[in-house]
Amino acid sequence: MFRRLHEPTPSVTLTIDGTAVLAAPGETVAAVLLRTPPFHARTTMLSGARRAPYCMMGVCFDCLAVVDGERSVQTCLTLVRDGMTVERQGKEQGRDLEAMA
Amino acid sequence: MREAEVIVIGAGMVGAAAAYGLARRGLRPLVVDGGDLDYRAARGNGGLVWVQGKGLDMAPYQWLTRRSSDLWPELAAQLVQIAGDIQYQRRGGVTLCLGEEELASREGTLMRLHNRPGGSERDFEMLDRAGLEKLMPGVPFGPDVAGASYCWRDGHVDPLRLLLALQRGIKELGGTLLSDQPVRAITREQGIFKVRTDKGMHGAAKILIAAGNGSGALARQVGLDVPVRPQRGQMLITERFAPILPLPAGGIRQTGEGTFQIGATQEEVGYDLATSVDAAATMARRTVQALPFLGRAKLVRHWSALRVMTPDGHPIYAQSESHPGAFVALCHSGITLAAAHSEMLADAVAAGGFPDEISPFHHRRFDVQKAA
Repeated sequence: MFRRLHEPTPSVTLTIDGTAVLAAPGETVAAVLLRTPPFHARTTMLSGARRAPYCMMGVCFDCLAVVDGERSVQTCLTLVRDGMTVERQGKEQGRDLEAMA
Repeated sequence: MREAEVIVIGAGMVGAAAAYGLARRGLRPLVVDGGDLDYRAARGNGGLVWVQGKGLDMAPYQWLTRRSSDLWPELAAQLVQIAGDIQYQRRGGVTLCLGEEELASREGTLMRLHNRPGGSERDFEMLDRAGLEKLMPGVPFGPDVAGASYCWRDGHVDPLRLLLALQRGIKELGGTLLSDQPVRAITREQGIFKVRTDKGMHGAAKILIAAGNGSGALARQVGLDVPVRPQRGQMLITERFAPILPLPAGGIRQTGEGTFQIGATQEEVGYDLATSVDAAATMARRTVQALPFLGRAKLVRHWSALRVMTPDGHPIYAQSESHPGAFVALCHSGITLAAAHSEMLADAVAAGGFPDEISPFHHRRFDVQKAA
């Protein structure tokens, strides 16, 4: 799977599905998702298939995740921040319509 | 030069449906289509197969719309065999009404349509809030939704899959589809129509002009002066959601992919495909009143397309008197009427004339002198 080519000093801590992950300033959330097991960003609304970041330039919408409580954030366009909470997005967020209203 | 029994000019929703029907009748149509960047209503529309409320000013249009809705399941079954799922559903549709006043006004409109002389079977019912919730349990409608009108003949389809299926059907059934060949001129020599494109000349005993907003200039060359103008419609589409809206609700439908398609504006701006924030805001505001959870949905696309509009909004079907064998068909309800076009329009072109039921759609209806 993906790993960093060089190891800058990580100085940002975010959580992915509750687990603390170290990252470097300037990394995108999608890049962190790609090197963090189980390596996907979301599951699809209809079939529940897994989707990982793909285009890394804001076009494919496969890297969507819940960032700081906001659904469907394009994580390839979102830089990590200290204290950020990221959740892999699944069907349940789509069904939880009352909570969205 | 290619020769065919019939040339269909335009492979949009009207031309493709008619040509598909002609191919099914063994006529091996030659379909000549324009370029990818032409104005294409067939690639920008909302995908509704819609009956309720149509035909208030023209009884034959109500009849034709209902007939097409009734023919649709058979067309859909054929196309699924050819191209797989086209996401066609005919489980009825609703028009949501915000506030009691809107609900009463909607009922008034549909009752006027129903009570018109000539009478007609009733295919709709009015639903109050409780009735709507019973029809669509679990849909989180907003507090302003007072009720809806429901029509069992309504439905929807993926318009892009439909277009692809029709075009594939034309080819599988022996027709020919030439893309990127906008027609420049039509002439007639010894009873044969000559259709000139940038890439060559094609000949046929019959032609059907179904070139959308481009039809006016072509039809005039064979003695058909059809009034047609573009009318812009803007549409929005959201990210995908798990299935929640089981029936199309007029300007809001959840597609088979899970997205919500929202539309559309009606704007007289000529050939202008721009989109505007104002239009998006107006459509979004009403949508969020109806379904508040969509207030937090992401928009993924916003586009506009140009309807093919006639002075009274109803279709034009005609054969030229000066150039028999030259037909024109244009309308802005190409999805709804696709089944009628693949049967009745194809029959008419094959037979060489329109049946009585279609004659009211001749554009001579616009020539009647106004009373002083």
